[in-house]
Formats: sequence, C-alpha cells, structure tokens
Amino acid sequence: MPTTRPRSGHSARIASSELTPQSVWLRRREFVLAGLAAGLLPGVLRAAPDGAGLSYTRNARYGAGETPNSYEDITTYNNFYEFGTGKEDPARRAGRFRPAPWSLRIEGEADRTGVFALEDILRPHPLEERVYRLRCVEAWSMVVPWVGFPLADLLRRFAPTSRAKYVAFTTAAIPEQMPGLAYRVLDWPYVEGLRIDEAMHPLAFVATGLYGQPLPNQNGAPLRLVLPWKYGFKSIKSIVAIRFTATQPPTSWNRAAPREYGFYANVNPAVDHPRWSQARERRIGAGVFGARRPTLAFNGYAEEVASLYAGMDLRRHF
Amino acid sequence: MREWTCAAISEGRHRLRLLKAAVFLACLAPLAALFARGLGVGGATLGANPVEFVLHALGKWGLNFLLLTLAVSPLRAIIGRAWPLGFRRMLGLFAFFYATLHLLCWLVLDQGLYLQGIAADIAKRPFITIGVLAYLLLVPLAVTSTDRMLRRLGRRWKTLHRLVYAVVLLGVWHYYWLVKADVREPLFYLAMTLLLLGWRVRTRLRRTCP
Ligand code: HEM
Repeated sequence: MPTTRPRSGHSARIASSELTPQSVWLRRREFVLAGLAAGLLPGVLRAAPDGAGLSYTRNARYGAGETPNSYEDITTYNNFYEFGTGKEDPARRAGRFRPAPWSLRIEGEADRTGVFALEDILRPHPLEERVYRLRCVEAWSMVVPWVGFPLADLLRRFAPTSRAKYVAFTTAAIPEQMPGLAYRVLDWPYVEGLRIDEAMHPLAFVATGLYGQPLPNQNGAPLRLVLPWKYGFKSIKSIVAIRFTATQPPTSWNRAAPREYGFYANVNPAVDHPRWSQARERRIGAGVFGARRPTLAFNGYAEEVASLYAGMDLRRHF
Repeated sequence: MREWTCAAISEGRHRLRLLKAAVFLACLAPLAALFARGLGVGGATLGANPVEFVLHALGKWGLNFLLLTLAVSPLRAIIGRAWPLGFRRMLGLFAFFYATLHLLCWLVLDQGLYLQGIAADIAKRPFITIGVLAYLLLVPLAVTSTDRMLRRLGRRWKTLHRLVYAVVLLGVWHYYWLVKADVREPLFYLAMTLLLLGWRVRTRLRRTCP
C-alpha cells in the first residue's frame, strides 16, 4: 500500500540511473522470485496486485490525507468507451488489447517530430507516484495512486515552437482489439486537447502505472494523461499521437454535445452539467450509505491552477 | 409453461392461486438479488458504485414491470385465453413497487435527503422532472387498484387506468434523457413500448372499421 512507502519525495528507492526499461525488465525476475516467496509465505505480498512492479519514488506533495481507492475499484469501474459504454465493460473487454509494442506520433508545431517507440519516449523519465483525486463529470470521484512523470518534461523534449499554443492528443483506435469501436457512440478516434500552458503545468501528469504496477488496459495502457483539476474525460487514455497546434483542437465530448461539455472542462461546482448537478459528488468506495461530499473548485487544486484561468469567465468557458 | 398453466386453470382455482403465489415470489426476485449482492452472497457485489447500481436496477425493473403489464392484453388476445388478466394487477403493482423503491433510493441513498439538492434537481433536470411526473401519474393507478375502487369507479376506472400509457412513455423518455451518449438500450425500451401501444391502436382501428 502506498501509505506504507517512504513519505519523502527524495528518498529514491533505487538510483534514477537505473530507471531504464531494461532495468525494469531485469527487475521482473526479482518479482517472479518475490512472487514465489509470496506463495510460500501466505499473506506477505498477497495484498499487492500480481505482475512486474515499476520502480519509482513517491511524491509526497500530493495526496496527503487522502485514502486511495482499492485497486479493484480503480480497475473495474471505468469509462473507456472504446471497450464499451458500461462501467464494467473495459475491465471485461480490454483483454485483447495489446499495449506493446507501442509507438507515439509527434506532429505539428515542434522541432522534433516523428514516430517514436514507447521505450524511447519513456527512457529519460524517472517515475514518481502521485496520489491524485479524480473527479468524473458524472459526479463521482476516486483517489488514485498513479505512477508516471510530468507531462511538461515529455513535451519539452520535442521542442515546441512559439506557434504551439495548444496540444492535441489522440487515443488508439484498433477495431480488432477495442470492441467498443464497433458502435459509433463517439466520433472515433477519441481526441482531447489542452492549452499549452495547461499542458506545461506541473500538475499535468503522464501515467504509465497505478498502484506501482504497469497500467491495466482498461485504465489506459500503456500511457495516458492525468489532469486532476479537470473532469476525467480530459485525461485521455492509450495515447498514440501528440500534435502541437496553433489553434484550439477539437475534443471528442465537446463535438458530441457542445452544450454539455466544454473545451476546458475544469471541475467547477458552480457550473452544472445540464442534466445533473456538479455541486456534490459521490466518492467511490464509500458504500451504499456513503453520503455525497461537496465538490471543490478545480477539484481542490485551485491554489495550483486557478491562475491559469485568471480573467476568464468560467461559466462561458466551462 | 403454457400447457402446465392451462392444466392449472382446468384444475380450478386452487392451482391458479398457487401459480399466483409463485409469480408473486418471482416478482420479488430482482429485489432479493439486490440484497444478495449487497450481502456478498456467492461473492457477488454491487460493484464500485453500489448506490448507482441499486438506483439503476430499481428504475430498470420499474420499467420492465410496466412493459410486462402492458403485455398482458396482447398475450390474452394471442393465446385466446383469459387467464393472463389474472396477473395484470399484480404486475402493475410491482411496477409501482419498484418505482417507489427507485424514488426512495434516489431520495435517501443518492441525495441523502438533502432537500435543497432534491428540489433543485426536480426543477432543473428535465429527466428528473419527467421521472417525477411519471411517478405521480402512477400513484392514482396504484391507489385505485383495489376491487372496491374498481367497482366504485365503474367505467371511469378503465379511462383512468389508460394513464399507464403516458407513464410508460414518460418512463422511457426519462431513461432516454439520462444516458450520456449510448441510447441503444433506451431505444430498445422505446421500441418495445411502441410495439405494445401500437398493437392496441391496431386492434382499436380493426374494431371500429372492420
Ligand atoms: C420518482 C421520480 C424519479 C426520479 C427522481 C428518478 C431518478 C432517477 C435517477 C437519478 C436515475 C439515474 C440517473 C443517472 O445515473 O444518471 C434514474 C434512472 C432510471 N430511472 Fe428513474 N426516476 C424516477 C422515476 C422513474 C420511473 C417512474 C421510472 C420507470 C418506471 C424510472 C426508470 C428509470 C430507469 C429505467 C433508469 C435507468 C436505469 C439504468 O440506466 O440502468 N424512473 N432515475
């Protein structure tokens, strides 16, 4: 459990120089041994999900006082329409999805564009764990211990030009592996976008894992965004392309229902979705008798991000 | 089932009463299933968002029972026997029962009896306004479902109970409006409703202009 890990952000578990995909791969063997040991010593390592763990440090700046949701809840209650529109569909139907090998297409207003293998994308980035609140536009919320790295660190490597005012992201659309694509509930592929200053904000995060494990398919493997001050649909999953643009890119839910979903989609208890109130939210894991709790402006991250929107009418730019 | 049922009727009221008791218990099965999940029977659960699970299950069963109620008359006409009529009131009351639990689930478990939020939702969310309207129209039907009321209202009883057509249409509309994007299931319910109501229109037309 993350709460038992060292709390200081500086106490790296292993040196960052070791944090290459290869060393992660090598460490797999240790985990196999650990798994064997767990079999012999019941109860010792059973609590953690199976599989090869990631190497990362814990960033203690985020998530203080929050109890993360269970791995089970985080990985079985998902909105990922490429695998179906039911909340349990992604967990049930993402088994055929193959997050490796994977490549990322970098395009648009940047000096370094092209197609990059995922290993090359990830190699320079030391992984950290951040416990973030996640607020869905459907008025429920979770707390998730993500593993990943700041989005800004990734974007800077491509040297965006001064014309890059926005960043657009695209999700994979592979019909043989993503059964939900058969139904055109949204205009596939799923696309999202951010203003460049939003994308460069230190809170904006690229997740490659959760609970110390590589991301499960249903949570957006092999890499996804996590933007904790925005409604969940902005945190695009299974990214295949990043494009730097001079103009505001289209976003999937805005295209589907412009009155209901804006480009910014910042968590805002004062601006209701036309069909439901955003004033209060249901925390997943609180049980049948768990009460709703008040939703906070920018999902409680106002201190960090409110200045991004200074002078903007957030009722109009919802 | 059909042969067995026909036999039951020919054997008299006793068998019919037994059958009614069995159907009654079967109508409670969806509720029992929710309790079983809530208690974790056989490892089943209500999922990560149990309030939503229960709310949706109860709403869905309210609608299912409305459609089952509407299916009684066509069934009678198709098989040419009267026995289905004996189940119509029970099915209708179960529609009311599940709709009531659905409403209570929303008021108590979902909204936590937070009156300000409840009032705002009813006033501002069209899908909730329509749900409430559907429910309010269902109340007089439940209240007048007794034999005494049937006798007292006479011909007017039948007219009053035609309100169920409006209730089911509002219920489907409520469902259609609340889904975010995937309207396939609400449209399926709409198709079923139109089929059942269309059958009535057709028989009416046949009767008036043969
Ligand atoms: C009494 C007033 C009613 C209220 C306040 C109400 C409220 C709600 C709410 C809040 C939801 C969930 C919406 C969401 O998750 O976004 C819902 C779902 C639903 N309700 Fe109602 N409702 C009412 C009456 C009815 C009636 C009379 C019916 C039909 C008999 C009905 C059938 C449904 C159905 C089928 C669903 C969707 C279930 C699903 O998605 O699986 N509701 N209702």
